[in-house]
Amino acid sequence: MTAIHVLTATARLAPVQALAAARCESDCALEARQLSVYYGAFRAVKDVSLKIQRQKITALIGPSGCGKSTFLRALNRMNDLIPGSRTEGEVIFEGCNIYAPGVDPVEVRRRIGMVFQKPNPFPKSVYDNIAWAARINGFRGNMDDLVEQSLRQAALWDEVKDKLRQSALALSGGQQQRLCIARAIAIRPEIILMDEPASALDPIATLKIEDLMHELVKNYTIIIVTHNMQQAARVSDYTAFLMMDEDRAGYLVEYGPTDEVFTNPKDRRTEEYITGRFG
Amino acid sequence: MNTRYALIRGQRPSSSAQAALQRKPRWHEMAIQGFLFFCGALSILTTAGIVLILGRESWLFFRSPEVSLREFLGTTKWQPSIGQFGIWPLVNATMMTTFFALLVALPLGLCTAIYLSEYASERVRSSLKPVLELLAGIPTVVYGYFALTFVTPLLRGILGRDVVEIYNTASAGIVIGILILPLITSMAEDALNAVPRSLREASYALGATRLETAATIVLPAATSGVAAAIILAISRAVGETMIVAIAAGAGPAFTFNPFKAAETMTGHIVRISGGDLSYDSMDYNSLFAIGLVLFLITFALNIVSRWFVQRFREVYE
Ligand SMILES: Nc1ncnc2c1ncn2[C@@H]1O[C@H](COP(=O)(O)OP(=O)(O)OP(=O)(O)O)[C@@H](O)[C@H]1O
Ligand SMILES: [Mg+2]
Repeated sequence: MTAIHVLTATARLAPVQALAAARCESDCALEARQLSVYYGAFRAVKDVSLKIQRQKITALIGPSGCGKSTFLRALNRMNDLIPGSRTEGEVIFEGCNIYAPGVDPVEVRRRIGMVFQKPNPFPKSVYDNIAWAARINGFRGNMDDLVEQSLRQAALWDEVKDKLRQSALALSGGQQQRLCIARAIAIRPEIILMDEPASALDPIATLKIEDLMHELVKNYTIIIVTHNMQQAARVSDYTAFLMMDEDRAGYLVEYGPTDEVFTNPKDRRTEEYITGRFG
Repeated sequence: MNTRYALIRGQRPSSSAQAALQRKPRWHEMAIQGFLFFCGALSILTTAGIVLILGRESWLFFRSPEVSLREFLGTTKWQPSIGQFGIWPLVNATMMTTFFALLVALPLGLCTAIYLSEYASERVRSSLKPVLELLAGIPTVVYGYFALTFVTPLLRGILGRDVVEIYNTASAGIVIGILILPLITSMAEDALNAVPRSLREASYALGATRLETAATIVLPAATSGVAAAIILAISRAVGETMIVAIAAGAGPAFTFNPFKAAETMTGHIVRISGGDLSYDSMDYNSLFAIGLVLFLITFALNIVSRWFVQRFREVYE
């Protein structure tokens, strides 16, 4: 537990805009305001406004290419790394717009972690994958404990406790993905973004990841992109449905509690998509 | 109707369908395959021929009563005119020029490669790469005179005329370093670029800075390629001839002082073979012995580099 405090205490956002920007209500962890993302001249995400609830799982669904990944990556400034991409609008995190001048994207990413569609462990040992992440974030506590704790939280400890010194690449795909999750939670972010974290996995590994998400949501806010309607219905508390307009720009069609979106969608297009009558 | 589809439809093949399945010679295909094999065989035969000649002439050299392998490898004086054949002055000079070359090219080349692959914008990259390639296209004889007429005076100006001789291994080595710089840079950059984007994203998503990502994730993941680049650059430096022939000196000297003249293996070979040398003389045969040593050194380097590439190849798959 002390580890959590050490990390969050060392990682404070630049307070530049803290006063200027309006605070979210206490149950809102992250808010996108009129968020648009461009790749060069092409607008991939158009004016999305969305309030993410704290310690809940929010699912982003929508047809392929509608900008779900792009939107997700805009939430922790991963799009900064793509040459030619540009963001308009605001993302409010703890009262700050993370796109305000003076905000350090490195700090933002430390506090809003990300798990990718394809497992991407470092070509290092299982232990070092986690230790490296903690170390660059200034962790000074007992590393062995942190590694064990993170692996236990990611439901991976029993499977790898005898192979901590072996290469992470020797693990199975599902184990690698859980290692990536362990690595992400080892740095104690407040929010975890997951881009189709189970799409490369078999049903059993997928269920393990879903169980894991239910476990994690007690401490973290989770946003997940998924193509799997059952998965969205199973794991998420809130669901946002995105679609493309004529210019292939993604926009938000409907957002609400998952049971409402799935049982009683307000928009005809949502219903068509969920019931599979639509691209 | 069409016998080719009979099998697909699940009908019993008629005799004409069986005939269609018979292997037919494809002359066109065979001719091309033969030609490609010939090309491959030719390069192997050439290599074998060179090794054979090197070996035979060296054999003649070592067989003669005037020299023994022990003297060749165990003494430090190379003076064919009085029958002294100790290879060390030549090997030592080669090692010194190579050392200086690496002193220049390694840090500069690796930093440039990291800058190009991790930091530079597309615009900077596309204007810097052609400049580097230009560097690789300059004839080595120009480099040689660059060493002699620019780098040496510079060294003499800085360190003093009595310290630095006109011909010296340091300035030759430095200029060889400039010569192999594009080689190291472009190969190391390729290796860094080959590291999957997903690893960098993983690193950034965990809150790593650019430097942390480059130094602790990308570079280690590219070890094999970078090591191969370095080793290849070493063999290029060891084999470089023109620069040392012009700027390093024209007499075998066993010295560890990089500011004194000395002659490398390659430099010695060109100087001696350029003179009037009679076939079957000891001097003549000695050149092949030196050539053999050179060959063995670069061969060993190649093997080490192959081993490196193989050893670390699967690292990020
Ligand atoms: N790096 C990029 N450069 C240019 N255009 C891009 C880039 N990444 C994505 N796009 C474009 O942006 C649009 C949205 O892509 P995005 O990856 O966000 O879709 P997605 O909803 O995640 O799709 P999927 O469900 O297939 O993963 C697409 O039209 C895509 O072609
Ligand atoms: Mg996507």
